[in-house]
Amino acid sequence: MIEDPVYQMSEDDDRSPPLDLGGPASVTESSNKTRNCTGVSGSGSSPIEFQAQYPDQVLENVLENVLYFLTSRRDRSAASLVCKSWLHAEALTRSDLFIGNCYAVSPQRVTARFTRVRSVSIKGKPRFADFNLMPPNWGAHFTPWVAAMATAYPWLEKVYLKRMSVSDDDLAHLADSFPGFKELVLVCCEGFGTSGLAVVASKCRQLRVLDLIESEVTDDDVDWISFFPESQIYLESLIFDCVECHVNFDALERLVARSPSLKKLRLNRLVSIGQLYRLMIRAPQLTHLGTGSFSTSAEVMAQGEQEPDYVSALAAAFAACKSLVCLSGFREILTDYLPAIYPVCANITSLNFSYANINAEQLKSVICHCHKLQIFWVLDSICDEGLQAVAATCKELRELRVFPVDAREDIEGPVSEVGLQAISEGCRNLRSILYFCQRMTNAAVIAMSRNCPDLVVFRLCIMGRRRPDHLTNEPMDEGFGAIVRNCKKLTRLATSGLLTDKAFSYIGEYGKLLRTLSVAFAGDSDMGLKYLLEGCPKLQKLEIRDSPFGDAALLSGLHHYYNMRFLWMSSCRVSRRGCREVARAMPRMVVEVMKNDLEEEVMADYVEILYMYRSLEGPRDDTPKFVEIL
Amino acid sequence: MGMNLNLKATELRLGLPGSEEHEKQLPSSTSRSNKRASPEVSEDSRTSNGKSSLLGSRNCVRDDAPPTKTQVVGWPPIQSYRKNNMQVKRDEGDNGGVYVKVSVDGAPYLRKIDLKVYKSYPELLKALETMFKLTIGNYCEREGYNGSDYAPTYEDKDGDWMLVGDVPWEMFVCSCKRLRIMKGSEARGLSCL
Repeated sequence: MIEDPVYQMSEDDDRSPPLDLGGPASVTESSNKTRNCTGVSGSGSSPIEFQAQYPDQVLENVLENVLYFLTSRRDRSAASLVCKSWLHAEALTRSDLFIGNCYAVSPQRVTARFTRVRSVSIKGKPRFADFNLMPPNWGAHFTPWVAAMATAYPWLEKVYLKRMSVSDDDLAHLADSFPGFKELVLVCCEGFGTSGLAVVASKCRQLRVLDLIESEVTDDDVDWISFFPESQIYLESLIFDCVECHVNFDALERLVARSPSLKKLRLNRLVSIGQLYRLMIRAPQLTHLGTGSFSTSAEVMAQGEQEPDYVSALAAAFAACKSLVCLSGFREILTDYLPAIYPVCANITSLNFSYANINAEQLKSVICHCHKLQIFWVLDSICDEGLQAVAATCKELRELRVFPVDAREDIEGPVSEVGLQAISEGCRNLRSILYFCQRMTNAAVIAMSRNCPDLVVFRLCIMGRRRPDHLTNEPMDEGFGAIVRNCKKLTRLATSGLLTDKAFSYIGEYGKLLRTLSVAFAGDSDMGLKYLLEGCPKLQKLEIRDSPFGDAALLSGLHHYYNMRFLWMSSCRVSRRGCREVARAMPRMVVEVMKNDLEEEVMADYVEILYMYRSLEGPRDDTPKFVEIL
Repeated sequence: MGMNLNLKATELRLGLPGSEEHEKQLPSSTSRSNKRASPEVSEDSRTSNGKSSLLGSRNCVRDDAPPTKTQVVGWPPIQSYRKNNMQVKRDEGDNGGVYVKVSVDGAPYLRKIDLKVYKSYPELLKALETMFKLTIGNYCEREGYNGSDYAPTYEDKDGDWMLVGDVPWEMFVCSCKRLRIMKGSEARGLSCL
């Protein structure tokens, strides 16, 4: 899955200052007052056709017209803080709503303030929930949101949800409530199944986009693809690569055939290469393609037949897709078929091989053509040698993600500092990197900091916990220090390996633009966290696990927590007493304390998981048993 | 001065004092069923928690538990759908095309084997001998497979037929497209080269 740059921007562009915590007065009331105070402007005679309006009314109309063009969230928030009439005008003209934390504000408050919304984005669970660090059913339910929006926003067109819990009933409610609904995007969501999808498919007659990305979809034995009516001919994007059940292929083929506007199609791993071929010849206009399994079906394999020669036919189908720029899938790749994609390599800007267990040689045969590649996701099966090939060809590379085939800790590992160094030397335009490895050196990280000064995102995961530089045996302090020092645009950082408090002093000193930071198994003492909280003024999202930071460190951040979206600390050294002190000192923080292992008895004062966030609403009312709000 | 901090010794961990530490990642629970994860499933991967930086001897609840491997939840930070997908492939053994057809001269049908299952030539040859009920004999660099009517050959990426055993095992696994066990005069002809 490649994150659409638009969504990526939503992530990085989150610069909105906190919602007005002073408590909004009734907006309608205040603007009426303004009007009444001014009286009529009576300068001179006015022609009959031009009614002289109250000057503030004129200003407000002008403002609304101007604000209509304002799209950046940050700018809109700034505009809304000027005065009450600007607050009102901005609220009337905001059509895209972004809620970074579904518990920071209630659906009622939102729908009361913003009345003309067409598009809503909501984010729910903290990211560490993806790694089972929190029991399921924590919350982030879509239900109250869809209920409020159903009455408030009848013209709603687009819903984007990330890490939310969405039920089939929610989807049905959505499908019933918004006649003009066009786009549904669910990223890392769960709680729904194919029956919910069927309702959306059949009732959302204006649907253009149905994107299911990294979400868990239960198999209710419903043939949801067949629920798209024959009249559905407007589909532009259909992404279901995360759906782990068979879809009715004939219905899918008919759907694709009647959708001339279809630009994005990402198939799941149960679609065979033969089926892929049949779909591709019906949709040469595709720009984004997820190839499904890229392998022959199990039945064909079992019979030991000679696989029909799909390679040349498939290559022709690829060649016909002249607009293809984004390629993914390859879920069970049969490498014999790899040459079929050669015809599109020269044009693609985004390639996701992160499910394809291919070696260096196989990668080379493809990558040598990919001169325009900007986004590349791959498995470490390609080894350092494969990364060297990437570095040699992909001079336009902006984003690289290297995932491990084998995610254990104590194994040899096929990629290392050699690959990182090569990438840094070849791909000078790199903006974003996620790199899993077993061994690393400070030298290579320092080299990257110098060679790729435009880095915005640096996420290094040395899989062995607390591993030092494997050549010098020193901590990785200097490497990460160089990154924050030299990469002046850095906004997101994830650390790993052996790190002392020194690394955090570097981050605090140089990470002035840092917004998102992930720390695991690092640091020596409270000073580490203190450096961060005192040094990084833009820090918004801080997630820490298994690091020796305690109450003293926690309490050193009181000046900053209202500026943050959240703080996560698990398996650290904070106590209930410390967390309670934060809750007392900061009434608008919701301080959640949780246990991950429901069986285990723990010391009364020990806090296994702390998750705290600012909110206008106070403690939520849907906490599960394992969550306590202090 | 220097970095002789011996952090491991001073590390606070869960477990009885003096208990051996084996830190292993628990293989992710590979429920491919896409039914909502039941509590049991999630529990499996979170058994005796790896709170490895924590209360140490203060928390002795698990007195009865034997010194265990400390399994670390959620590390490395790979999302479960990704882990499950790789696990699926391991289970199905169907990745990178290392299933190869094996033909034996004179046999009525071919077989298919997964080269990844074997770690070395002797293992592979033993398996072939068992599968086809024949003897292949021992490899020697100079004369190939002596003392047998059979010689194992393979077709490599370039389409050439090579004798099994000449190149390092890993290289063989990467380049082997199919196997053919030659018999009789053809085989003997090889050993005379």
